[in-house]
Amino acid sequence: MIALDPLLEGGIGLAEVLIVVLKTVVAFGLLLGSVILMIWFERKILGDLQNRIGPNKAGPWGMLQTLADGMKLILKEDNIPDKADRRVFILAPFLSAVPAFVTFAVIPIAGAFDGDDDGVVSLFGHDTYLQLADPPIGVLLILAMSSIAIYGVMLAGWSSGSKYPLLGSVRGAAQMVSYEAALGLATVAVVMLAGSLSTHEIVATQAGNGYDLFGAIPIPRWNVIATGLVPFVIFFIAGTAELNRPPFDLVEAEQELVGGFHTEYSSFRFALFYLAEFMNTITMSAIMVVLFFGGPAGPTFDVLPGWLWGLIWFSVKLIVFLFVQVWIRATLPRFRYDQLMNLGWKALIPLALGWVLLLGAINIGRDADWNMAAVVGVSFVALVVGYMGLAGAVAIAQRREESRSEEVIG
Amino acid sequence: MGYLDGFKVTFRKLFEERLTKDYVKDKGGKRAKPTRLHGRHVLNRYEDGMEKCIGCELCAGVCPARCIYVRGADNPPEDPVSPGERYGYIYEINYLRCIHCDLCVEACPTEAITETKLFEFSFSNRQDAIYTKAELMVDDEGKPKQLPWEDWTDADEIVPHTSAWVRATSPSGAAAYEGRVAWSGELGFGVRPPEVGQSRPESEVDTHEADVILSHPGEPGGHPVDTPIEELGRVGEPPAPDEGGEQRDGGEEAHH
Repeated sequence: MIALDPLLEGGIGLAEVLIVVLKTVVAFGLLLGSVILMIWFERKILGDLQNRIGPNKAGPWGMLQTLADGMKLILKEDNIPDKADRRVFILAPFLSAVPAFVTFAVIPIAGAFDGDDDGVVSLFGHDTYLQLADPPIGVLLILAMSSIAIYGVMLAGWSSGSKYPLLGSVRGAAQMVSYEAALGLATVAVVMLAGSLSTHEIVATQAGNGYDLFGAIPIPRWNVIATGLVPFVIFFIAGTAELNRPPFDLVEAEQELVGGFHTEYSSFRFALFYLAEFMNTITMSAIMVVLFFGGPAGPTFDVLPGWLWGLIWFSVKLIVFLFVQVWIRATLPRFRYDQLMNLGWKALIPLALGWVLLLGAINIGRDADWNMAAVVGVSFVALVVGYMGLAGAVAIAQRREESRSEEVIG
Repeated sequence: MGYLDGFKVTFRKLFEERLTKDYVKDKGGKRAKPTRLHGRHVLNRYEDGMEKCIGCELCAGVCPARCIYVRGADNPPEDPVSPGERYGYIYEINYLRCIHCDLCVEACPTEAITETKLFEFSFSNRQDAIYTKAELMVDDEGKPKQLPWEDWTDADEIVPHTSAWVRATSPSGAAAYEGRVAWSGELGFGVRPPEVGQSRPESEVDTHEADVILSHPGEPGGHPVDTPIEELGRVGEPPAPDEGGEQRDGGEEAHH
């Protein structure tokens, strides 16, 4: 089985290939178009949040600012430093940009999920999902791609033959290693609940209303509630760190490292990094929408075709996330390097691990018909004991470190 | 909420009024210029049309950016260019170097060189950056000459202000001369009125008096532009208390 998409069941002919090509072009154009809008949106909202005006000259409300910037960058001199490792230097921006596109391929962006359709639409007489590909290992692909994207940063810094980019890329590598684990563990919680790694399946399990609050107010069956909020918060923080966005932008850190890994880049190569950064912001927000907020799932009404409602819900959720990303950027100052490491290793990873264990215990308890209160209680006690053990170990290590440094100094 | 309070701060900014004003190119969009704005220079002429410049090169000597090039020549006896012995034969200012510090204006013994309020002259050619004597000299009406790349919207309001610095402080730097006319007339404008005094009055107690004296014509909290000379610097009726704060701000700024 190469994919779960109903399009590819029963043989692949010319029509299927053409439909996939069409979907590729549409997905590519959609992502590129939304990146252009995202850059404008970010700069405009950032301006609003900082009591500035933001771009307002190019086009209505400055919407064409990105195009103007792109034109400028393309027309600039493409400079490769003498000390650079030429081949790697040229490769790096593509390593950064391509994974962002590939990740977007597994995001379901439309389709009606609340009826019997299950997100399937008919395209030229062929049933298919409104996502470019639905591999059975969708979530793994996302994690893999976000790991590959860091190679762009690392190789760019290393191949520049300059110290600031190198410092930036070393930071990038350390940050990635620290936060990848928390990101993966937060995803495990979702995968455990959905019972599938396919993004389409994850959305489908979140469709419809799961619970009724006070018997009247319907609450969607989103994973953010089902997994108990904590995995989402961890995923959000780790995802922001993975994107190298503020407050985790130590990789670029203008005030310390000039521009970090892309200091030596100019012209179109720089534009690719810039594009990749915003593309990753969009895809990471889309992933969060899919994993925790039901993706395109939502109520449909007869006014418009069902698949379009999926697109509308998806877009609304996405825009809310993008706004929050910008809001965070406008509000929080950059983490110090040791703070970054502390947050990653001492807070997020233990918490994510503990939460996965808790969810696992609840799942097993439900399957085995154990007393749920006892399961949750025992699990919590185990978590608290584990956390206290960790905190104690950290404190002891710290005290030892301090006394050692005192010996050295005194 | 500790850490999260910052989010409230930034979110509130979304709905606050923006303080930034748009840069308006159309007529009537320009804001009033401060009295001492340093724009591009002009070379002035006396009311009878003679040039004020005597080619002494003091401006070139004092220029920290070394952007002025002057060469003097003897006045032809039958058709003198300036009232003195010599005149400015060549006068060039390189605006790629000029920092608009106005030291040339201070150094000039005859108020020949002054700065206008014209600041929009973005040239796209190095040759255009060098303003020659013919370009700097005021025309027969005493107004600066407009060069093709200069932006002159709201010209009626801005262009007549061809000099200010010479009248800003007391002549010779002596406070006793404050407010006295110690400069020659300009072609097209005659003898300009003195600017309001600079020094703080003796009575520090009466801040209102200080405000009025320190305020500048045409600026917020200052005299209206068309105030007669006799009225300048005189203390009028105290304004309503709620307007007082605004005036003091303007005054403080002018003092420093």
